[in-house]
Amino acid sequence: MITAERKPMQEIIDYVSPFNRILLVGCNECVTVCAAGGRKEVGLLASALQMSFMQRGKALDIQEITLERQCDPEYVEQLVNYVDRYDAVLSMACGCGVQEVARRYKTKPVFPALNTKFMGASEHQGIWAERCQGCGDCVLGVTGGICPIARCSKRIMNGPCGGSTKGKCEINPDIECAWQLIWDRLKMLGLEDRYEEIMEAKDWRTSRDGGPRRIVREDLAS
Amino acid sequence: MKPFEPEIVAFCCHYCAYTAADMAGSMRIGYPPNVKIIKAPCSGKIDAIHIMKALEKGADGVYVAGCLEGDCHFKNGNNNAARRVKYLQKLLDEIGVGGERIAMITMSAGMGGRFAETAAEFTEKIRKLGPNPAKTAAGEKLEKAIA
Repeated sequence: MITAERKPMQEIIDYVSPFNRILLVGCNECVTVCAAGGRKEVGLLASALQMSFMQRGKALDIQEITLERQCDPEYVEQLVNYVDRYDAVLSMACGCGVQEVARRYKTKPVFPALNTKFMGASEHQGIWAERCQGCGDCVLGVTGGICPIARCSKRIMNGPCGGSTKGKCEINPDIECAWQLIWDRLKMLGLEDRYEEIMEAKDWRTSRDGGPRRIVREDLAS
Repeated sequence: MKPFEPEIVAFCCHYCAYTAADMAGSMRIGYPPNVKIIKAPCSGKIDAIHIMKALEKGADGVYVAGCLEGDCHFKNGNNNAARRVKYLQKLLDEIGVGGERIAMITMSAGMGGRFAETAAEFTEKIRKLGPNPAKTAAGEKLEKAIA
């Protein structure tokens, strides 16, 4: 999922302070799962903003709405009946959702309430960790299902580096060495030979280095 | 102007705190009438939004009263409630309402005395803090509008 965290309240308050009518839009997808921008978080933020405005003796008309997805035009279209009644939109989606709302409602100020973090997985309840950097050319098939790009601090393709100590990364003892994990898993699978294969320099053009990316599926695109 | 009398909302779990409040009554121990009790099946059932809404609607202080550590009828509802209260304290600090206006308190069903004691302590703490700043500013504006 795409993970996110709520921005500091002061930053959100500064965005919406000039307005009296706010449409607060949550998203039912990734940000709901990582407890950052789902219906619950929308309710909490609306209440917090209401109290912040009340303290300044200002009235705030805030409408809460949580879309199935904010990164799809079909769902963003559902705001059409609400947007005109509000001065600004405060989005609790990831950056994709915020931009989709801003693209659709061009004359309406749209602000982000979250900081989008990374593509990750839940390690435990309440803990999420980075798992994928979307490099565009997946190597998990040869690295035992553990990504050296997202999980090695140096993104080393033929590791580990000299900073790997007792299975931990030198930058932080809480971070596991990705290459230690890769070795352990390959050994468990009886695929130690794969470790000996030298991976060539990665072609980063499939990643962000090739500029903003698009996927075009001609069988689906109309 | 009327002297400030805090409005306190106490979310009490059925198995311990609510029974403790009942016990306080049976033992004829008085506690401040400022505390309005809302019974919940477990303190873990109290969501962050319940606490926020209580403050937004005019409470000066809110506390969640659950079972003693390790004694939750549903295993760890009281620990979940404590974590939520801690999270909300930070949020309330951020918006200027003040995290000290909410608290997590634990007790057993037999602690009628402790229920009354903590109710009195919390009421006094909120009395010292003064009215909920959100309510005060909104109220002043309303009074001016009426005048």
